[in-house]
Amino acid sequence: MELNQVQNNIVEEFAVFDDWMDKYNFLIELGKELPVIDPRYKTKDFLIEGCQSKVWLHPEFDGEIITFTADSDAIITRGIVSLLIKVLSGRTPKEIIAANLFFIDKIGLRQNLSPTRSNGLLSMVRQIKLYALAYDTKNKKTN
Amino acid sequence: MVKPETLKNINEIRADFPLLNKSIYNRRLVYFDNGATTQKPQCVIDAVSDVYLNYNANIHRGVHTLSDLSSAAYENAREIVRSFINAGKREEIVFTAGTTASINAIAFSFGERYIKPGDEIVISHLEHHANIVPWQMMCQRKKAILRVIPINDNGEIIFDEYLKLLNSRTKLISVSQVSNALGTVLPVRLIIDAAHSADIPVLIDGAQGIQHGVVDVKKMNCDFYVFSGHKIYGPTGIGMLYGKEKYLDELPPYQGGGDMVDKVTFEKTTYNELPFKFEAGTMNYVGAIGLGKALEYVLDIGRDNIAEMEQDLLKHATDKLSAINGIRIFGNSENKIPIISFLIKNIHQYDAGMILDKMGIAVRTGTHCAQPVMDRFGIDGTIRASMCFYNTIEEVDSLVEGIEKVIEMFS
Repeated sequence: MELNQVQNNIVEEFAVFDDWMDKYNFLIELGKELPVIDPRYKTKDFLIEGCQSKVWLHPEFDGEIITFTADSDAIITRGIVSLLIKVLSGRTPKEIIAANLFFIDKIGLRQNLSPTRSNGLLSMVRQIKLYALAYDTKNKKTN
Repeated sequence: MVKPETLKNINEIRADFPLLNKSIYNRRLVYFDNGATTQKPQCVIDAVSDVYLNYNANIHRGVHTLSDLSSAAYENAREIVRSFINAGKREEIVFTAGTTASINAIAFSFGERYIKPGDEIVISHLEHHANIVPWQMMCQRKKAILRVIPINDNGEIIFDEYLKLLNSRTKLISVSQVSNALGTVLPVRLIIDAAHSADIPVLIDGAQGIQHGVVDVKKMNCDFYVFSGHKIYGPTGIGMLYGKEKYLDELPPYQGGGDMVDKVTFEKTTYNELPFKFEAGTMNYVGAIGLGKALEYVLDIGRDNIAEMEQDLLKHATDKLSAINGIRIFGNSENKIPIISFLIKNIHQYDAGMILDKMGIAVRTGTHCAQPVMDRFGIDGTIRASMCFYNTIEEVDSLVEGIEKVIEMFS
């Protein structure tokens, strides 16, 4: 599925909730569903530290697409992480670099991405894009 | 205890603070983040607008009428602060940008004047980063050593360990009056007396102390006292540093600029007298005037009344929260201000804070700029409900409901 199609689907899923509590309940469910990251990767090397919660993010590049696995110590953060993974994992570096993550605003989660004292999500988006840039550059060199 | 006739009731007090009427996510705001900053009474908001509307002009500079008015209002604010903390002289009251700025100023000036390699500075394990980092920077610059008074499981300093730290190399003690992370009130009088018996000066960080009761620097006999205006119902960006005249006289200025000088030539500059020596550049005179009004407001409510109302809130909140299954309260000293730092079962503080916010309840989550305190308890952070006299028993009950909702959502 196209990256933007996935974003539109998420926006639609969230549109049914008119109450903030329902929205967060849904995020909590998503958080619980996030596949478990290999414990080998829950180390400092893969840690993105925010002031409020921690995120671990691991990239796996097969030469074509990047697969991300992730985890967080806070469940709501894990829910948002799982949304980012749905949108950005399994994509080519170029797709990831070009991605405009409009769903975040549309489902009202912008506050979770404030640049200071954040839960590390903004850093996570930045880190995903950095991995994509790195793999893209590596691909160019080897080709 | 019979309260005086003039005492405002809680509804009248709350009506003084316009923002308390706000709704968040269609719920009446419950503001329990007073440790971070307090809301402002209408009289403070009015005092600040009044400057800009009626007599704004730079202080101590103009010969014109407006400058006279603003200079007089600024100096009047200094007098209010002096009297509020019962300092001996107005020369001992220096306006700064806040507690952090005050501590940095003293750390710099004191370091320059008195500290030699191998000297020691003593702080406590309860300190806010603002009372740790400036000393680390100074110690690094001066090759001095930072010593830390340990705390017990209740979040109180271990006094015997403090006494053991004092020696001939100890040059300054700098401790909080009250812990921002746990609410513990430190035994500052005992700390100061012990230090003075060895001729060691003491700085008291009053950021969390000034707003919760009577502060009398003469009685306390501290050598330096610092606080921020915004934590005592005043504007942001203004604070003060009190220092005994004998120290302020000896300390070099920490910033150079306009107004702090006596005579300037390119060869040599002589400094202005106290307190202006430490007030370089255009000061936040509007903030100072607002702070003066805030202190008058506090006096009007009555500091003993405030302390009494807050202890009632603390007791109710402690009883109610302790009764919740799976709650852990950090900081169980007998002597506390109305701060409750807690965790619920194994629920992450960020998750809890996000849900409480959606219920209109503002709490702080995280390390509260006191990471060593969190490390001491082996945790990443807490949820902190910090109350003050304008909060109500009903709001505490809303928090309890909020916590029950959080438990329901995450289990």
